This record gives sequence, structure tokens and C-alpha cells, in this order.
Amino acid sequence: MGQIMEQMPIVVDALNIGFLQTLKLFFVTLIGAFPLGLVIAFGSMSRFGPLKYFSKCVVWIIRGTPLMIQLLIIYYFPGLVLHKPIWGGGEAGRFLAASFSFVLNYACYFSEIYRGGIQGVPVGQEEAGLVLGMTKSQIFFKITLLQMIKRIVPPMSNEIITLVKDTSLARIIALQEIIWAGQAFMKGSHGISGAIWPLFFTAVYYLVFNGILTLLLGRLERKLDYFR
Amino acid sequence: MSILEVEHICKSFNRTEVLKDISFSLEKGQALSVIGSSGSGKTTLLRCLNFLETPDQGVIRVNEEVLFDADDPSTRQEAAIRKKRLHFGLVFQSFNLFPQYTALQNVMLARELLASEQPDYKARKKEILEEIHVQAETLLRQMGLENRRDNYPHQLSGGQCQRVAIARALALQPDILCFDEPTSALDPELTGEVLRVIKELADENTTMVIVTHEMAFARDVADHVIFMDDGNIVEQGDPMQVFEQPKEERTRQFLQRYTQG
Repeated sequence: MGQIMEQMPIVVDALNIGFLQTLKLFFVTLIGAFPLGLVIAFGSMSRFGPLKYFSKCVVWIIRGTPLMIQLLIIYYFPGLVLHKPIWGGGEAGRFLAASFSFVLNYACYFSEIYRGGIQGVPVGQEEAGLVLGMTKSQIFFKITLLQMIKRIVPPMSNEIITLVKDTSLARIIALQEIIWAGQAFMKGSHGISGAIWPLFFTAVYYLVFNGILTLLLGRLERKLDYFR
Repeated sequence: MSILEVEHICKSFNRTEVLKDISFSLEKGQALSVIGSSGSGKTTLLRCLNFLETPDQGVIRVNEEVLFDADDPSTRQEAAIRKKRLHFGLVFQSFNLFPQYTALQNVMLARELLASEQPDYKARKKEILEEIHVQAETLLRQMGLENRRDNYPHQLSGGQCQRVAIARALALQPDILCFDEPTSALDPELTGEVLRVIKELADENTTMVIVTHEMAFARDVADHVIFMDDGNIVEQGDPMQVFEQPKEERTRQFLQRYTQG
């Protein structure tokens, strides 16, 4: 126990750096996947056949295969098979590839949540807007959007919390996120080796961060309680 | 001169003929009641007038302007349809108020959006918005809802919701206001307040088309009655004549079922 207390400051410093990378991947994924998911949702609801089936096919492939495999293919395929390493080297390249994979993956899940949210808004809302001379985009932004957001907050919260934990999958392409940082102490890092407790300790980071997210998302849900 | 002329409207859904050659006209300031059993095509007729459905055949004219002609593809363009809809207002059976807006905001929203497209909007923004606000308050007062302006739809009774919906439709000053069974979704004790408001509008010579199952009301409020059955207009005329001395056997049967309760 005394030894752990000694190692603590060193471990926390290293884990903080790793967690920063985790957070970066988390936020980049959200920022990219929120709008891209909407685009895919509209694609899969399109009346234009080819676009509809293309969107549905992308969602099927992405949701039907493990994110870990997607990460590996997206990171290694261009360089190893096509001999065009588009991601660049080092941590920056790994981060770019991981971000791309996560945005694509999460956008597909989000698109299905969006689709449910949009289709859950009664058709009478759109008709009322049309009869009042509104354009399709006015109807979407002024009427449908907020009702959709209200509907999707609970399932979205679930996905967001899953995303926090899924970022650890980027470890598979050696992205130096918090699991990677924790694991490093087993092999040896910062003069500490053979220590497994830092890896276990990473769970605390996830737990605390998800706790904060749960509170914030709950607050958002309550904020939208003013209408039904 | 007729404000509304409907000629030979036909509409099918998946080969089921819902409207079969519907023609009628309406004078400015008059109220038209459309009665008939469920599935007779009344609601589809209203939806055609409001361009929520596109008729397969026929012509719709308002103030002698051709709004829709099935044989003229130029009248089917989406952009043009949007402006044409403004000739009509529609009050839905299920209100369709926007839940995230207060009563006042529900009434103001469409006019605000239309105003924001005017070329002089930026220069006169404050003035225009003030005007819209005043009009919306006036309408809510007219509906007896001045105390309810800041309530959200879920805080209102069905009758109050429907009156907000009527104010919302009136805000755009349509030439013809359509009602699609405006009291059918209401508890019986709440229908009176909505019917009273519609009666007042009729007394002010608002041009209206009212689809309703309230026979006493239809007779009382209308200047003209149409009885529809199976997609056809079976009988039309003066309310006294249609209700008291129907010429057609089918009208008689329909009315008998209603008077027997």
C-alpha cells in the first residue's frame, strides 16, 4: 500500500495525459457524429432510392461489424494494402484515423436514433406547418427539431455514455489514451514496472466522467420537460 | 361572384376512389357545412383544398384565379403551392398545436416566418413584430383566451387548444377557413365553447368550409349544406331544405340515424 502511495503522483500524471487524449477523441467524435448522423438519417429517409439504399447499406455495414475491426481496417488498410499511408505517422496520425472511425461508427448509430426521433413526431405537426405556409426547412428547424431532440435525449444519453468507454478501443491501434497509459506501467514506464493497479485505476476516470455526463444529460432532459 | 369554385375533383388512394367528381362553389362570406358518414371523403376534400393531397383530376379556383388544375403541371409546383395554401386556413380535428410554443407563440409563428421573408423586414423588424404581436393578442382575446396566452398546449383543455388553433389559422387571414371535424376530438362538455366561436366567425361573415358531425350546428351555422356519401355529393342546398326535406333517400337515411341518436 505504501508503494502505491509513492507511485500515485507519477501514475496520475501519466493517466491524466492519457485521459486528455480520451477526452479529445470523445469530443471530436460527438462534434463529427452529431451532424453526420443527421445527414445519414435524412439519407435513409430519402425518397430517392439510390441514396436511401446507400445510406441503409452503410449503416448496416458499420453497425454489423465490430468497431475494433473498423479501427484496424481504417488505420492499416490504406498503408499496408494500398501503399498510401493517408493518416501520417505518429500519435497525430493514429488520432486522425481513430477520429475518422469513431465519427463514422457513431454517426451510424446516431442516425437511427435521429430517424426514430423524426418519425416519432406526429405527421400532423408537419401538416400544420405546411398549411400555415411554412417551407420544409422552416418546419424542420422551427417545429420538428426541438420535438425530435426531446425524444432522442434518453437514447442519445445511452450512446454518449457508451462512447466514453468505447474510446478505449482505440488502444488497438496504439492510440495513447488512458488504457494505453495505464497498461504502460505493467511493461515499465516512468520508472515503474510490473504494476497492474494503474490499469485498474483508470476505471475511476471513466466512472467520474460518466457521472458528470449523467448529471448534465439529466438536466437537459428536465429542461425539455416544459412541453409534452 | 363565387370566392371558391371546385370543379370535377377526383382523388384515389391505391385505386380506391375517395372523391368521385366533386363540384361545388362557395360565395364570399358564406359558411358551407359538409356532412356525411365517416369515410365519405369529407376530410380528403378539405385536404385537397389545402394542398395536403393532390387531386388526380379537377380544378380549384379562388377569386377566379386557378390555384390547381390537374391538366396544368405548372400549378403543381411545390414552391407555388406554398403561397396558394395561404388562401386557405385549416383547423384540424386533433388541433396539431406546436407543443413547444405557448398559445401566443403558436398564433404568431407562421406570420413571423412569412414576415421575415419580406424585403423590408430588416428595416422595419421591430414595427412588424409588434404588429404581429398585437394581432395575435387580439385574436386570442376574441377566442376568450387572453388569460391563456402564455400557457403551453399541454396546460390547456381540448376546447382551449382548438380555440388557439382557430386563432392560429385566422392569423394569416385566409380567404377561406376550413374546419375538419373541429369538435370530434373533444369531450362533449367542451364542444360548446368551440362551436360558439365558429358561430361568431360565421356571424362576422367569415368564409368557411366546415366538415362536421354536429348536425344541429351544421344546420344552424351554415348558409349551404353538402351531404357526401361514398365520395359523391349526393345532395346540396339550403340547410333548411337539406335537413327538413331531403330530396334523396340516402340523405334521409343518414339524417334519420343521427336524429335517432
